[in-house]
Amino acid sequence: MKLLIILAVILFILAVHQLMKVVEFARELRKTKEWEPTDSENDLMGKLMLLFGIAFLFLFFYQIDKWYDKALPPAASEHGKHIDELLFWNMILISFVFVVVNAVLFYFAYKYRGNKNRKAVYYSDNSKLEMLWTIIPASALAFIITFGLKYWNEITAPSTEKNPLIVELYAKQFDWTARYPGKDGKLGTTDFRHIEGSNPVGLDTTDQSGFDDLLVKNEFHIPVGKEVVFQFRSRDVIHSAFMPHFRAQMNCVPGMVTTFKFKPTKTTKEMREDPHVQNLMKQINEQRAKEGKEPVEFDYVLLCNKICGASHYNMQMKIVVETEQEFNEWLRQQKSFKTVASK
Amino acid sequence: METVNLTNTELHEKEHVDIHRYEEHEESFITKYVFSQDHKMIARQYLITAMIMAVIAMIMSIVFRLQLAWPGEKFAFINWIMGDKWGKDGILDPNAYLSLVTMHGTIMVFFLLTGGLSGTFSNLLIPYQIGARDMASPFINMLSYWFFFASSLIMVISLFIPNGAASSGWTVYPPLSALPQAIPGSGLGMDLWLISMALFIASALMGGLNYIITIINYRTKGMKMTRLPLTIWAFLITAIIGLLSFPVLLSAALLLLSDRLLGTSFYLSDIYIGGRPLDYSGGSPILYEHLFWFLGHPEVYIVLLPALGITSEIIANISRKPIFGYRAMIGSMLAIAFLSFIVWGHHMYVTGMNPFLGSVFVFTTLLIAIPSAVKAFNYLTTLWKGNIQYTPAALFSIGLVSSFVTGGVTGIILADSTLDITVHDTYFVVAHFHIVMGLSAVFGMFAGVYHWFPKLYLRMMNKKLGYIHFWLTFISAYGVFFPMHFLGTAGVPRRYYTNSEFPMFDALYDINMIVTVFAIIGALAQGIFIFNFFYSMFRGPKAPQNPWKSNGLEWTNPVANIHGNWPGELPTVHRWAYDYSKPGYEEDFVPQTVPLKEGELDGGGHH
Ligand code: HEM
Ligand SMILES: [Cu+2]
Ligand SMILES: [Cu+2]
Repeated sequence: MKLLIILAVILFILAVHQLMKVVEFARELRKTKEWEPTDSENDLMGKLMLLFGIAFLFLFFYQIDKWYDKALPPAASEHGKHIDELLFWNMILISFVFVVVNAVLFYFAYKYRGNKNRKAVYYSDNSKLEMLWTIIPASALAFIITFGLKYWNEITAPSTEKNPLIVELYAKQFDWTARYPGKDGKLGTTDFRHIEGSNPVGLDTTDQSGFDDLLVKNEFHIPVGKEVVFQFRSRDVIHSAFMPHFRAQMNCVPGMVTTFKFKPTKTTKEMREDPHVQNLMKQINEQRAKEGKEPVEFDYVLLCNKICGASHYNMQMKIVVETEQEFNEWLRQQKSFKTVASK
Repeated sequence: METVNLTNTELHEKEHVDIHRYEEHEESFITKYVFSQDHKMIARQYLITAMIMAVIAMIMSIVFRLQLAWPGEKFAFINWIMGDKWGKDGILDPNAYLSLVTMHGTIMVFFLLTGGLSGTFSNLLIPYQIGARDMASPFINMLSYWFFFASSLIMVISLFIPNGAASSGWTVYPPLSALPQAIPGSGLGMDLWLISMALFIASALMGGLNYIITIINYRTKGMKMTRLPLTIWAFLITAIIGLLSFPVLLSAALLLLSDRLLGTSFYLSDIYIGGRPLDYSGGSPILYEHLFWFLGHPEVYIVLLPALGITSEIIANISRKPIFGYRAMIGSMLAIAFLSFIVWGHHMYVTGMNPFLGSVFVFTTLLIAIPSAVKAFNYLTTLWKGNIQYTPAALFSIGLVSSFVTGGVTGIILADSTLDITVHDTYFVVAHFHIVMGLSAVFGMFAGVYHWFPKLYLRMMNKKLGYIHFWLTFISAYGVFFPMHFLGTAGVPRRYYTNSEFPMFDALYDINMIVTVFAIIGALAQGIFIFNFFYSMFRGPKAPQNPWKSNGLEWTNPVANIHGNWPGELPTVHRWAYDYSKPGYEEDFVPQTVPLKEGELDGGGHH
C-alpha cells in the first residue's frame, strides 16, 4: 500500500513535470507578454468581482436571516436594554456603510474593468469631495459617541440605591465562589494570606463583620427588580466575570477589587417563557439529541472570559434570578462562614 | 525643500565616487547569500523567513479549528502534528490548544505581518523607489535581519520544549504569563517567548532607524518628499510608529522577565496559587496591560500601513489613474499614526479602569475612524473611471479595500465602551481583527509579492495560478471570518478550547463547522501560491524592465541584481509617481524620470 502511494506520488510529480515542460515550450513559441492581463481576462475578472459582490452581500443578509435567532436573547437587565438598543442602531449604521461601500467597490471593479480601447481619466484631486467624506463620518461618529457615552456614564456610575444587594464573585482557577453579606449587610475584610481549606476566600478571622458572610458555590441567586452591586476579586490570575444575558462583564484582577452593577428584569422562569429563548432552546436540544446528550432548560450563566489556564473554557456558575421572596428563602438556607469554618 | 535638495545634490556627487565601492570586488557565497548587506537580498531573506513562519502559524490554525468544530473527535492529523504528548489519540490537549492559539497569534502578528511585511518591502522598495544605492547603513540592516532570524528560531524552538510554548495568549498578560504554576506554558516557554520578542524588538528598531534615515537623507535628485510614492510614505510613518512604541513593549517584557526570574513585583500582588500565598506585593497586572497596549494598538497600524501603502501604489497602477487625493492619503496616514498612540485604552474598558478615562478613549478611538474612512473613499475614487488591469496584484488590492472596510466598521462597535461590555473578548473581536488587520495586511502582502516579484527574483509569477489563488483565498477568508461575528453575538468567548461545555452554545455547531471547512480550503489554496512562488523563482519567464508600465524609479534600472542598483548615475526625478493617463502623453504612464514639459504642472503638490 505504502509503495503504491509512493509510486503514485512519483508518477504525479513526473506528470506535472512533463506538463510544465509543454507549457514552457508553448510559451517560448508564443513570445507573448503572458503576465499582462488580456482583454478577455480583464473582462472575466471584472465580472467575477461583480458576481462576488452580489453573492457576498446576498450571503450577508442570508446569514442574518438564518442565524439571527442564535444571538443572545434580549437583555435581562435594565441597562442591558439600553445596550441592546444602542447595539441595534449601531449595527444598522455599520451594515449600511458596509453594504454601500462594498457594493460600490465591486460595481466599480466590474464597470471599470480594463480593455485596450479604454483610457482612464486623469483625476487626481477634489478637495470638496474629500471634505465631504471627512465630514459625513465625523458627524455620524459624533452621534455614536454622544449616545454611547451617555449610557456608559449611567452604567459605570456608583449605585444610587440606599441599600443595594452586594454580591462578591471570587475567581480562582477554575471556579467561582459567590459571597453574600450576612444580616449586617457588610462583607468582611479579606487578605490572601488567610486563605486555607476552610477559608477559601481569605476572610479576616478577626473581623466580626465577616462571620455571617455566606459563601456559595456552583450556583448563585439574585432577586429580580433589585439592583445588585457585584464586586469582583481573583486569587491567582486575571479572570473575567461575563454574564452575557445581562450584558455585564468585568475583569477579576488579583490585588484589586472591581465592580459592576445591574438590575435583573426577568426571573429565570420568565426568561424560559421568552419566545426567543424558547426557539433557541429548541435548536439547542435538537442538536443535543443528535449528539446523544440530555435535553436542557434555559439557565442564566456566569462564564470566565479572560484566558486563565487549561480549564478556562469550563469555568462556569449557574445564575438563578427569582422573586425577592424566593431569594430570601434561598439565602436563609446558605451556610455562614462561621458555621463552615468552625466545623 | 531647498536645503534638502542641496544635500541631495551633494550626496549625488559623492555617489560618483562611492559607486566604485559597490562595483569593485567579487563576493563570496557567504557574503552574497548569507551575511549579505545588500538590501535586495535582505528583503528576500525576510520574505522567505516570514513565509516559513506563516506556514507554521497557518497549520496551527487548522489544528485548533479542527478541535473547535469537532471537539473530542479523533484526528490522525492532530496526532501526527502534535505527537502523543499533546495530541494523544488524535485529541488535542487543552494546554496545547492555548499554546497553539498563542503562538499562532504571535507569529502572524509579529513575524509575518511586522517583520515579514515591513522587512521585505521596506528593504526592497525604499532604495529602489527613492533612487538610492542601498540603505543608510547596510551593516545595521544586515544585523536587523539576523536578529529577526534568531528571534524566529527561538520562537520555533520553544514549540518543542517539554512543557510547551508560551500559552497565555499573544498578549501574555501576567499573572498567567508570570507563574509557571498557573499554566505549563509559563515555564521555559514563556522565557523563550520573552527573549525572542526582545530580539525581535531590537531587529525592528535597527530596521526602522535605517528606513527613516534612508528616506530622509538618501533620496535622489529631484525626489522631494511630495513626490515620494505612497509606499515610501507608509514605510516611513510605520517606522516612526515602531520606533516610538516598540521600546515600550521591550520595557514591558523586561519587567515581566524580571518578575519571573528575579522575584520582583511589578505586575504581581496578592496571589495565592498552588496551595500557598506568594510573596509578591504592590504590583499590578493592569500596569502591564497599559504598557502592552501602548505598543499593541500602534502595532496594528504597523501591520496595516505598509499594506495600505503597497495597495495605494498598486491601485493607481492597475487603474491607470493617479491615486486620488495624494495629499489627503499622506495626511490621513499621519493622523492615524498620531492618534494610534492615544487609543490603547479601548482594549481595557472592562478592566475596572476609571470610567472617565474610558470615555476619553472612546472619543480618540472613534476619531481614528475618520482618516481611515478618507482612505477607503480615496481608493474607491481611484478606481472610478479607471481602466483596471486585472493582474493578481490588482485582485488582492481590491480585496484589501473590501476587507479594510468590512473589518473597519465593526471597530466602531468595539470602540464604543458601552457596547464593548457585551462583545469584549468574544468571537466578535476575533472576526473584527482578523478581517481588518489579518486579511487586509495579508492581501496587501500578497499584492506586493505578485507586483514586485520581478524586482525580487527577476522573473514573473504565473498569472493564472495567481487568479485561482486569489479567488480561493478571498472566498475562504470571508468564509472563515464572517460567520465568526455570529458566534460573537451569541456570546462565545475567545480562547475557549471547546464550546461544548456550555449548552447555550450547542446551536452554534454548524457555524463552527462552516468556519473550519473554509479554513481548510483557504490553507490548501496557499499551496498554489507557494508552488507558484518557487516555480516562478526558477522557471518563470524572465522579467522585462517595466512589466506593469509603472512610473516608479524601481523600474528604471536593468533587470539584474546590481550591487548599487543603478549601473551608472542615479536617476533624476522630475515629477510625482502617479502620472497615469495624463493628457498630452501618448502612453498611459509617464515615469518619474521624464522631465516636465513646458508649463506642465506636477501632480502631487499643486506645482
Ligand atoms: C489561516 C487563517 C486563519 C485562521 C483559520 C485563524 C483562526 C484563528 C482562531 C480560531 C483564533 C483563536 C481565537 C481565540 O480563541 O481567541 C485565532 C487567533 C488569532 N489569530 Fe488567527 N487565524 C488565521 C489567520 C490569522 C492571521 C493572518 C493573523 C494576523 C493578524 C491572525 C492573528 C491572530 C491573532 C492575533 C490571534 C489571537 C491569539 C490570541 O488569542 O492570543 N490570524 N486565529
Ligand atoms: Cu478564568
Ligand atoms: Cu487598539
